[in-house]
Amino acid sequence: MNEQGIGQPVRRKEDFRFITGNGHYTDDISRPHQTHAYFLRSPHAHAKIRAIDTKMALTAPGVVAIFTGKDIAADKLGGLICGWTVHSKDGSAMKVGPHPVLAFDTVRYVGDHVAMIVAETQAQAKSAAEMIDVDYEELPAAVSLATCQKPAAPQVHPEAPNNTCFEWELGNKPETEAAFAKAAKVVKLDLVNNRLIPNAMEPRAAIGEYDKGTGGYTLHTTSQNPHVARLVLSAFVGVAPEHKLRVIAPDVGGGFGSKIFIYAEETACVWAAAKVGRPIRWTAERSESFMSDAHGRDHMSHAELALDANGKILGLRVKTVANLGAYLSTFSAAVPTYLYGTLLSGQYDIPAIYVEVDGVYTHTAPVDAYRGAGRPEATFLIERIVETAARETGLDPAEFRRRNFVRSFPHQTPVIMNYDAGDYEASLVKAMEIADTKGFAARKADAARRGKIRGLGYSTYIEACGIAPSAAVGSLGAGVGLWESAEVRVNPTGNVEVLTGSHSHGQGHETTFAQLVSSRLGIPIEQVEIVHGDTDKVQFGMGTYGSRSGAVGMSAIVKALDKVEAKAKKIAAHLMEAAVEDIVFQDGKFTVQGTDKSLAWAEVSLAAYTAHGFPSNEIEPGLKEGAFYDPTNFTFPAGCHICEVEIDPETGILEIANFVAVDDFGTIINPMIVEGQVHGGIAQGVGQALLELGVYDPQSGQLVTGSFMDYTMPRADDVPSFHLGFTRTECPSNPLGMKGCGEAGAIASPPAIINAITDALGIRDIEMPATPARIWKAIQSTRPRAAAE
Amino acid sequence: MTVVTMTVNGKPASADVEARTLLVHYVRDALGLTGTHVGCDTSQCGACVVHVNGRAVKACTMLAGQAEGANVTTIEGLATNGELHPVQKAFREHHGLQCGFCTPGMIMTAVDLIKRKPDLDEQTVRAELEGNLCRCTGYHNIVKAILAASQEMR
Repeated sequence: MNEQGIGQPVRRKEDFRFITGNGHYTDDISRPHQTHAYFLRSPHAHAKIRAIDTKMALTAPGVVAIFTGKDIAADKLGGLICGWTVHSKDGSAMKVGPHPVLAFDTVRYVGDHVAMIVAETQAQAKSAAEMIDVDYEELPAAVSLATCQKPAAPQVHPEAPNNTCFEWELGNKPETEAAFAKAAKVVKLDLVNNRLIPNAMEPRAAIGEYDKGTGGYTLHTTSQNPHVARLVLSAFVGVAPEHKLRVIAPDVGGGFGSKIFIYAEETACVWAAAKVGRPIRWTAERSESFMSDAHGRDHMSHAELALDANGKILGLRVKTVANLGAYLSTFSAAVPTYLYGTLLSGQYDIPAIYVEVDGVYTHTAPVDAYRGAGRPEATFLIERIVETAARETGLDPAEFRRRNFVRSFPHQTPVIMNYDAGDYEASLVKAMEIADTKGFAARKADAARRGKIRGLGYSTYIEACGIAPSAAVGSLGAGVGLWESAEVRVNPTGNVEVLTGSHSHGQGHETTFAQLVSSRLGIPIEQVEIVHGDTDKVQFGMGTYGSRSGAVGMSAIVKALDKVEAKAKKIAAHLMEAAVEDIVFQDGKFTVQGTDKSLAWAEVSLAAYTAHGFPSNEIEPGLKEGAFYDPTNFTFPAGCHICEVEIDPETGILEIANFVAVDDFGTIINPMIVEGQVHGGIAQGVGQALLELGVYDPQSGQLVTGSFMDYTMPRADDVPSFHLGFTRTECPSNPLGMKGCGEAGAIASPPAIINAITDALGIRDIEMPATPARIWKAIQSTRPRAAAE
Repeated sequence: MTVVTMTVNGKPASADVEARTLLVHYVRDALGLTGTHVGCDTSQCGACVVHVNGRAVKACTMLAGQAEGANVTTIEGLATNGELHPVQKAFREHHGLQCGFCTPGMIMTAVDLIKRKPDLDEQTVRAELEGNLCRCTGYHNIVKAILAASQEMR
């Protein structure tokens, strides 16, 4: 058995550089003769720019240049785009306001980009920014999700009346109405999915460069998908032709979605590098990350569930208002629509579903994909209403779910998705076993004796990963295909470079992908180099998001390895004077079946390049193959998370007494890495459920939670150690049987936690984040008044 | 500009910097030791933790000038003669890092913690990590790694 192969908890190849301080993040890179950029940002949520006076600032020490929206417009640079077009119920395309790289005449959120100052040092650029005089005409702002669509609300874009970008629908309305008409019981719930700020630990950064000799541009940037960045900067913004623009995403310190998007800062840095004639570097301060990284979630929903007399779900209808912020970010329109509505069936056989989503503009930072992207919002909604329905029909929450589970596959939901494989009963049973749900009553009684309140909450989730067949996403409005590419280059000495269009920013691809190659070629992972994140090396790729790199990225590598193996067999057959059909390749050895003739991998690799005596019309020299893999379906990871909480009723302080996650990810390449992905996802879910909230002042639109002092990031003592388990049904649509694992934790955990809290307190709902203050208030509102009152 | 001199990772270091230069920018920009990271602007995240005269310090909370003459160790100086420190090894062994950005600060904090409190339990580790943020690992494996290293170093 290969100790470095598929299924082994191989220690990561990338770790050495990170634990010794030798990583290469964008901000670690210095370029000769570089300058530094600082962005002057809008202090107002909504204002007209009457004039920008840069005269004083231009004379400040060290200032090289200052650029404003007028310079961008004069150069006829395009705006930033949304790559997914969503259509409204009436067939009209979403209403898009322009998104200039630097604000032209209006600013639309606190942190909007007004001017770029380029100076010899970062401190000089920042000091000079204070000397720019911007004459603003302050305007009222539309901040609140609840009121932004009212006719009297201030308008974000004249192109979108009532701040409504789209009024989207999915499912079957008449069938859903009919299901509700015959329902024995209808359960209704209003839910808020709280706004989150991603906060990857590495702030965004960029270095733009221009080579006068060749006319080529280079951009180092903190990106999850450098090829998509190059395509957008080239084809839509028009910074440079694609072949003259190299985008490099070196070590990237976490993304969680926020580094998918193409932002104003990197665009301005690479564009202005040619104007300045020197490299321009920029690194966000954390307060800039808070203001200008795309935020996540921010939904307001009303949901109704129709049940028959036996607790069987007949139908679901949902109305959601989703905040898009002030401008459409790169994929923002897809998140509350095709990544949300399509997952509302959960693990349940629901005959009729109808969902309406209004995507709305507000004077706040753009909202786009954040770990899970739409699927956490869907899971939260369905798992909260299912739990509520169980309680209100008097059924045990596990039993209620069992009565409604999808049990045969493939299963076509009323909302596009075709579930290919799964065993929801198995993950429920295993999670209940690990969580010892049988012992819960005793633990609850024990807690009560100590004056504490215990609650138990379930979340049986499903999600969709990989994103999907290019044709399918194309028909739904995507501007890109969602395949992945790979190239396997075998060197003459037998070691291997694998070029992938996926990008690793914490996921451990350098190890996991190498394990696959090691399993296939029988060489140690030390002889495999995974190359990613550079558009000059990797021809094209779609990058990493949506838990797609295993299911889609590795499938492309499998395809390329198939081709490499086929060619290597041809070479081996030629060398051993055998028929190619008789060559067996196993454990790094080519053997002629039924003989003792064999050749090692390295011998065949070398022969591929010496090419001595190859029949030239049959075998070309060299050993290098590429492949593009387009998935035939989404993959559907699923599982069951169970949370047990203990609450101190006097203070509202909550402790997660136990958190169990059982996930079905299909084939697992490296269980150590997969467990790490689940841990991190759950912690972000704990953050959403208990701690995190992006807050804007409802009148002024000022970002109230603008630093780590105001925005509660999960710390080590906010989370417990987690108890994990796995079940396995293989995904039938990719060669390795893999599903995605990167987002499940963040998708599944929030409803488990809120279900546990509402169970403990005996209440219907509590808004996220369920802080001690909110929990304490909820307890007070349910308590009988004291006798003294 | 001011010439600031100190010992960094056992070697003399000197650089002419603006008086307002923070220690973290001194090691990153003037000395090129980019293993020490800047993750925030409010001294919350702990990505910049180094050792100053043997104590863990957030290098964004002090001026370079305040470390004049001090003995500073950064993540680059933790391994001795090519041998990784037990905490470095434990982070790798227990998958205590993902993107790696918070890792140098986490490791430097952990080394200091184990020195101060050799008898660690999970609760103490979690409480002591209050000054270090990680967005990737959910802390589960960081805690495991620190506990394992503290056992190893006993």
